[in-house]
Amino acid sequence: MAKSKRLYLYPFWLRIWHHVNAVLMIILIITGLSMQYSNPVYPVIRFDLAVSWHNLAGILLTVSYFIFLIGVLFTSIGRYYVIKTEGLAVSFAKQLRYYLIGVFRGEKNPFQVTEKRKFNPMQLITYNLIMHAITPITFITGWALIYPETIVLNVFGYSGIMLTSLVHTIAGFLISIFLIIHLYVITMGKSTRENLKSIIYGYHETHEGDEEHE
Amino acid sequence: MLPATIGIISLIHGIDMTKPAKIKLTGLLRWIIPLFVLGAAWVYSTASQLNDAYVNDVNIEDLIDAESLECLDCHSAIRYNLENPYTGEVVSMKMYEELRIDPMEYASSTHGSFACTDCHSFEYEIHPHPIEAKFDYEYTCLDCHSAGEQFAQFNFHTIEDEFMRSVHAPEHIEDFSCWSCHNPHTYKLTTREWGSVIDIVAHNNAMCLGCHGDISHYEVLIERQLTNMLSKHEWLPNQSLHFRKVRCIDCHAAVNEDILIPHDVLPADEAVRNCVDCHSTNSILLATLYKHQVVERRNRFGFFNAEITSEAYIIGANRNYYFNVISLVIFGLVLLGIAIHASLRYINYRKRKKMKASS
Ligand code: HEC
Ligand code: HEC
Ligand code: HEC
Ligand code: HEC
Ligand code: HEC
Ligand code: HEC
Ligand code: HEC
Repeated sequence: MAKSKRLYLYPFWLRIWHHVNAVLMIILIITGLSMQYSNPVYPVIRFDLAVSWHNLAGILLTVSYFIFLIGVLFTSIGRYYVIKTEGLAVSFAKQLRYYLIGVFRGEKNPFQVTEKRKFNPMQLITYNLIMHAITPITFITGWALIYPETIVLNVFGYSGIMLTSLVHTIAGFLISIFLIIHLYVITMGKSTRENLKSIIYGYHETHEGDEEHE
Repeated sequence: MLPATIGIISLIHGIDMTKPAKIKLTGLLRWIIPLFVLGAAWVYSTASQLNDAYVNDVNIEDLIDAESLECLDCHSAIRYNLENPYTGEVVSMKMYEELRIDPMEYASSTHGSFACTDCHSFEYEIHPHPIEAKFDYEYTCLDCHSAGEQFAQFNFHTIEDEFMRSVHAPEHIEDFSCWSCHNPHTYKLTTREWGSVIDIVAHNNAMCLGCHGDISHYEVLIERQLTNMLSKHEWLPNQSLHFRKVRCIDCHAAVNEDILIPHDVLPADEAVRNCVDCHSTNSILLATLYKHQVVERRNRFGFFNAEITSEAYIIGANRNYYFNVISLVIFGLVLLGIAIHASLRYINYRKRKKMKASS
């Protein structure tokens, strides 16, 4: 039996934040889709309800985002988000190769979670993009749409509101894609359930033996 | 945002990430930032030009005939002078706001080329106006517009029928006429001639709010409490945006295919309340507010209802065909990718397990 060590990677507040965030995102995606593809005959959610839920969830998400940001800035989890450019390309390529080829051959994950690093290079980059670029873009454009008088009227013959909505929709779409892949990657831990367990209980098991991957 | 946040994080955690990076962007940023500032300035300047478009410098004498200008000496002033024909004494009197006409607005209105006495009695040339003048016949639109090639496109007769059916018809409100909405001295064609929907909507809604937002115009017609417009429309979110982007008649009047502007204002309980009537690809706005612009349903870069997008983006009504297709394709590919990945993982896992068992 390989020796295993338990790392406490996800403090309680972070897990609560993560789940609240997940629920809000899902509400936003569903109501957002329902508005975008509004259909008088088959309304998924009644339009005015979708608008109010979407607004409410968006406002809560903004609050939740700043709680997260404070956590990243002022607690120890912040260091996990720092990108070191040295050797990034190589380790990124290794990680990509692992996901595309290695994982089928039962190779070892080139990335080992330690107290210092929680995210592999691919996660590091996507998480940073999602949390520090795309999410802020969605809620900034979202707030602008709640207060449309803040938006420039007309840009090159197109309505400023339209361009803002477009950016908002594209960013929302990227987050939906992220969400699907994120959910799938849960199953890619040491065992199919392990990642799920760690985000629920907060502990990550590190295994020093070379146990078989699923 | 991304570099800034990561930078701050690194600073706080004392990790130096700048050293190995030698970010090349600085060279590029030197160009991007000024270009961005210039672009933004340009956008703001064109946006503000939209509002200046109607200001022009012309001499009022060139636009209005001399006799009418005499009327306007009094009727455009805040105070006017009245002379006592016996003593020569002069008093300064108030001209009440209701009786004032802005000469510039008059000249630019549809009937601005008329002399005042084309519509009003010649007796008004006498001051103070003699009592007979008050009993003069008041023209209706149809008196002049019931025939004529030039006016056929407006379908005046249909408009009149619609008006007679509406809540404002003289049958319900005695002194209500076409002139109640179409101020004889300022009326101009807007929907048909102005390009900007925001201006059209503002002009149109001001017509209705002239009474429904102003008790002094309302109570001369009917003895009734004026209801508060804002609280009656509280169910509508982003109310001020909606009132700037859609006309009152888009919700309150029944659409008639034969006329551009629906004139059959319905009782309030029959007004459009259903969001998806506008917020869907079959938006009713295309039959009303954007009617004259509807040529194709889908053009310019594949936007549904593209005629709307230059001034508004109506959630649900302005979907982009190409974006729809691209997003579906990406969505499909991601799901397919995951399905293939998962099955390959499973197959290979089973294979390895078997090999292990057999070795
Ligand atoms: C000396 C100033 C003066 C001049 C010039 C003048 N008006 Fe008047 N007008 C008045 C005043 C004051 C009233 C309001 C008192 C009244 O109705 O007599 C009035 C009232 C009117 C009204 C009736 C408003 C109503 O519904 O009771 C009309 C119509 C009118 N004027 C048209 C004209 C026309 C047309 C001319 C030019 C041919 C003209 N006026 C020239 C001062 C003037
Ligand atoms: C196209 C016809 C037309 C022309 C041209 C016209 N008027 Fe009038 N005017 C009317 C009608 C109709 C009314 C009555 C409006 C109503 O009933 O609300 C009116 C009303 C008025 C009133 C009373 C204001 C009010 O709100 O009741 C004044 C004052 C007046 N006109 C002055 C003038 C002057 C001065 C001119 C020339 C500069 C002029 N009008 C040109 C049709 C016209
Ligand atoms: C005294 C006769 C008269 C009355 C009353 C009158 N009009 Fe006119 N109207 C005209 C004439 C004449 C023209 C053409 C003016 C021109 O081409 O300069 C015209 C032009 C128009 C036009 C513009 C046509 C175009 O092709 O630009 C519209 C719209 C219009 N009138 C609507 C109305 C409405 C609405 C009313 C009633 C509220 C009304 N008119 C009352 C005589 C009248
Ligand atoms: C309740 C207010 C109201 C009443 C009453 C009313 N109108 Fe209008 N009318 C409007 C509005 C709003 C417009 C849109 C103006 C624009 O955008 O050009 C309009 C536009 C028009 C136009 C221009 C349509 C076009 O095709 O461009 C004509 C002509 C017209 N009205 C005639 C009449 C006649 C005739 C009457 C009386 C039988 C009348 N209106 C009564 C509100 C009214
Ligand atoms: C000249 C003043 C005046 C103007 C302009 C006017 N209205 Fe009215 N409107 C009234 C009055 C007065 C009533 C009350 C009728 C009643 O209670 O029977 C009324 C009634 C209504 C009603 C019915 C309310 C109910 O309780 O069912 C609606 C809807 C309405 N107006 C919409 C409009 C719209 C839309 C416009 C602009 C196109 C407009 N009005 C322009 C005076 C005006
Ligand atoms: C999005 C559609 C919409 C728009 C835009 C809109 N309304 Fe309404 N309006 C309604 C509906 C629906 C009601 C009925 C509300 C109720 O009965 O509670 C109503 C009620 C009213 C009433 C009746 C109030 C009463 O006495 O009960 C009036 C008058 C009115 N609107 C005028 C206007 C005017 C003027 C404008 C333009 C500034 C306007 N509306 C714009 C949908 C609209
Ligand atoms: C008469 C047509 C019409 C009706 C009915 C209507 N809307 Fe709108 N809505 C519009 C238009 C036009 C815009 C403006 C879009 C713009 O300015 O780019 C808009 C914008 C919006 C926006 C976007 C605000 C923003 O910041 O871009 C929301 C949210 C919205 N409507 C919700 C609703 C809800 C909820 C209802 C039903 C209770 C409703 N609308 C009914 C026409 C309508």
